[in-house]
Amino acid sequence: MEYEPVIGLEVHIQLSTKTKIFCSCSTDFGANPNTHTCPVCLGMPGVLPVLNKKVVEYAVKLGLALNCDINKFSRFARKNYFYPDLPKGYQISQYELPILENGFVEIETDDGYKKITLERIHMEEDAGKTIHKADGSYVDLNRTGVPLLEIVSNPVMHTPKEASEYLKAIRKTVRYLGICDGNMEEGSMRCDANISIRPKGQTKLGTKAELKNMNSFKHVEKALSYEIERQTAIIEDGDKIIQETRLWDEKNQITKSMRTKEDAFEYRYFPDPDLVPILIDDNYINQIKNDMPELPKAKYERFVREYSLKEDDARILTDEKHLADYFEEACKIHNNPTAIANWILTEMLGALNKENKTIEDSLIKPNQIAKLVKLIDNNTISGKIGKSVFAQMYKTGDEPEKIVKEKGLTQITDTGKLENIVDEVIKNNEKAVENYKSGKKNTIGFFVGQVMKATKGKANPKIVNELLIKKLEEI
Amino acid sequence: MYKKTLHQLIDLINKKEITGREIHKSVLDRIDLKDKDINAYTTVFREYEEYGKDGILKGIPIAIKDNMHIKGKRTTCSSKILENFVPEFNATVIEELEKESASFMGKTNMDEFAMGSSTETSYFGVTKNPWDTTKIPGGSSGGSAAAVACGEAIAALGSDTGGSIRQPAALCGVVGMKPTYGRVSRYGLVAFASSLDQIGPITKDVEDAAILMNIISKKDEKDSTSVNIKREDFTQYLNQNIKGMKIGVYDKVLKDCSEGVAKSMENSMDILKNLGCKLENVDLPSVQYCVSDYYIIAPAEASSNLSRYDGVKYGFRADGYDDLMDMYIKTRTEGFGDEVKRRIMLGTYVLSSGYYDAYYLKAQKLRSLLKKDFNSAFAKYDCIISPTTPTEAFGIGEKAGNPLQMYLSDIFTIPANLTSIPAISIPNGISNNGLPTGLQIMANAFREDNIFKCASAFEKEFNIIDKLPMN
Ligand SMILES: [Zn+2]
Repeated sequence: MEYEPVIGLEVHIQLSTKTKIFCSCSTDFGANPNTHTCPVCLGMPGVLPVLNKKVVEYAVKLGLALNCDINKFSRFARKNYFYPDLPKGYQISQYELPILENGFVEIETDDGYKKITLERIHMEEDAGKTIHKADGSYVDLNRTGVPLLEIVSNPVMHTPKEASEYLKAIRKTVRYLGICDGNMEEGSMRCDANISIRPKGQTKLGTKAELKNMNSFKHVEKALSYEIERQTAIIEDGDKIIQETRLWDEKNQITKSMRTKEDAFEYRYFPDPDLVPILIDDNYINQIKNDMPELPKAKYERFVREYSLKEDDARILTDEKHLADYFEEACKIHNNPTAIANWILTEMLGALNKENKTIEDSLIKPNQIAKLVKLIDNNTISGKIGKSVFAQMYKTGDEPEKIVKEKGLTQITDTGKLENIVDEVIKNNEKAVENYKSGKKNTIGFFVGQVMKATKGKANPKIVNELLIKKLEEI
Repeated sequence: MYKKTLHQLIDLINKKEITGREIHKSVLDRIDLKDKDINAYTTVFREYEEYGKDGILKGIPIAIKDNMHIKGKRTTCSSKILENFVPEFNATVIEELEKESASFMGKTNMDEFAMGSSTETSYFGVTKNPWDTTKIPGGSSGGSAAAVACGEAIAALGSDTGGSIRQPAALCGVVGMKPTYGRVSRYGLVAFASSLDQIGPITKDVEDAAILMNIISKKDEKDSTSVNIKREDFTQYLNQNIKGMKIGVYDKVLKDCSEGVAKSMENSMDILKNLGCKLENVDLPSVQYCVSDYYIIAPAEASSNLSRYDGVKYGFRADGYDDLMDMYIKTRTEGFGDEVKRRIMLGTYVLSSGYYDAYYLKAQKLRSLLKKDFNSAFAKYDCIISPTTPTEAFGIGEKAGNPLQMYLSDIFTIPANLTSIPAISIPNGISNNGLPTGLQIMANAFREDNIFKCASAFEKEFNIIDKLPMN
């Protein structure tokens, strides 16, 4: 029998607000344990939460980007459970009235665009970290109260590839919006997956497993693939899937049972009486709408249209907002989008990728890459010289004109000067002249090479070519 | 000196006849004499600490219920689990009092985590009623009420979740006010039931209550549920003519009250009539369910609020545990008293899946109904009056074994918490058994003005201030 996997994802994104969701502690990563804390996030007796309005703004931004319904009235709820890194004994989250509902994420598949529909997106606070050491367990509460948005998809994905495309699309969106850096390895974007399988054609869902502990797009794909095989094997053996939570074990490349449904927590959700309902009006939504950056898909389509870029090139350039901005800024200085795109995609990204760097790390500023292309376009240097100029720019961040000037790389376009060199080359290579004259026209390449050698590559190849043909034909 | 009211002492200080330090000494002597019997305090501040002299309170010491934080002093909530807990910040009400040059006398005894109506659930032992030390003083702010009644405090702050200010004030013959929910910041008040808790004054007379209310009523950015409403001078409503005031009398329950309470209530109605008020009986049909309603909502919120006392970060941690779960269980089993555990269980139960709709959600709906009842009543009346309690102070141990009986002693006070409205209890009689009774005056949300007008006019006609057990 053929089986169809059904996948739904729960993605947590850590918001890049300066302060925590319910107190004014810093959200900066990497501080000494328990230094970014105060009585509020430590859950001291008598403290009260005060909502950071930035979190609502970021949530509405994401809601607009993902086509969600924005609830004009939503509220926080308490999710009660005991754990040492949860200082209040409950997490402030949203339950029956989340800020965002419905909406979709568009992904590209081999069959074109597909809409992955969403159930809801809600605001909540992060918990702290429990660190287990040989001599005992330690709690670091720096992360406690860092704002999160939880994005819950409907169970509408059917392959691990779709799941990772969905994650990539979310990552791209939140980075474009500037609300989260989307770093799965560092945990600022986290993903849990619900997966079940069913006979193809059946509409009823099978029993699901919840997968946790996947710290990269790769892990998500691998864990889902493993789980599909595991569940298929169980069903084909005539056994039943048990509803449980399973952890991805990267070392052994398997999923392992963590707890079954019987051990599931009773969270006792109820509206948090310490916080008032969140009221949002159209005015507020419109203000945020006006501030919205162009989103990845719109930008991609515009790049193809406006700059006549190839689709693949436009796709790569719009993958990261910084890269797209870089490209557009360069185009403002020198209007040759095709050439600028080529330089960025081949030379720039080639060099950066080799060092595992991103465009933000580049010493070359957008106006400098534009100037480099301009120098080539107006025949000051050849494309070949351009590459060596680029290499120097990449290392030092120097202006291209300065490099060209200091190294004397300006192309020789003075016909008189070039004529002398051409004459010299023809004179010194009688044998080649004979070959040319006997009809081997491609000998011309050899002559060009000789002229280039004599000029250290600075001769304008077009002029050299013309001169050579003229002179050789005259002989 | 300890016998005087706050406003009398302010006048004396203004005339330079006494100082805050001398008042502190006088009250301290009184505490040393009486508190062995009364046990009103969990912590007494023996050293006088001054926060300026220029504010309204001129350095006069105020007693604070032991569930509000004074930086650097322990806040126990009368619980073993917080026996040695010292907060690193002030409650907002403490900040406001310090701004007006209050000093502090100490922290007063209470039912553990404010759960009780008699202070019998305190880890530090019961507070006794200074009118008769075989009786309870009421609760949960029993320490504050008893201290004010017998001169162990000039004035005090209490907190009121279901009557915890008004009921002990009534049983100790003093004035106790629960403001409108949101009028006073809850920041730094250890939460019992967040949607019901409110801080308020316990004082010898109505004017003192107005003075303290003026200071603590303020919008606080640290408390999202505090309301941004214009500050007003409540003393302007004192000593006014209340002729024509429309008062609803909630008399349905009088038949369930003790003879003494019923008699005091009848006298009170006569007094108000003589003042020219128009009295009418008012029907509030949903009130009959309010005790059940309260004992779903309050424990539900409490079960969550008290989860933080887990032995991990602060407070008591049990010895000799095997693992994390064992540490939680032993710490909370040993750290909490029976009443607290009873309410945590109750609250956990009503929030559990499968019971949430039947209990918690239904209770919230009833709360809305109750609000409707009161709203339509306040369309007709400026105030609604009732006895504060069904009986005078009962004997120590008398109801301790019967929680349900105990819960019913808050039957008149609970509606104001569930509907967020302000209410005061003022003395309205002394029964034949020598114990005081209280009159409760309620008004619509943020209409404390009506309460002060009515209470002040009543007090001018009738008070027991000279009969307080001060000797
Ligand atoms: Zn904090």
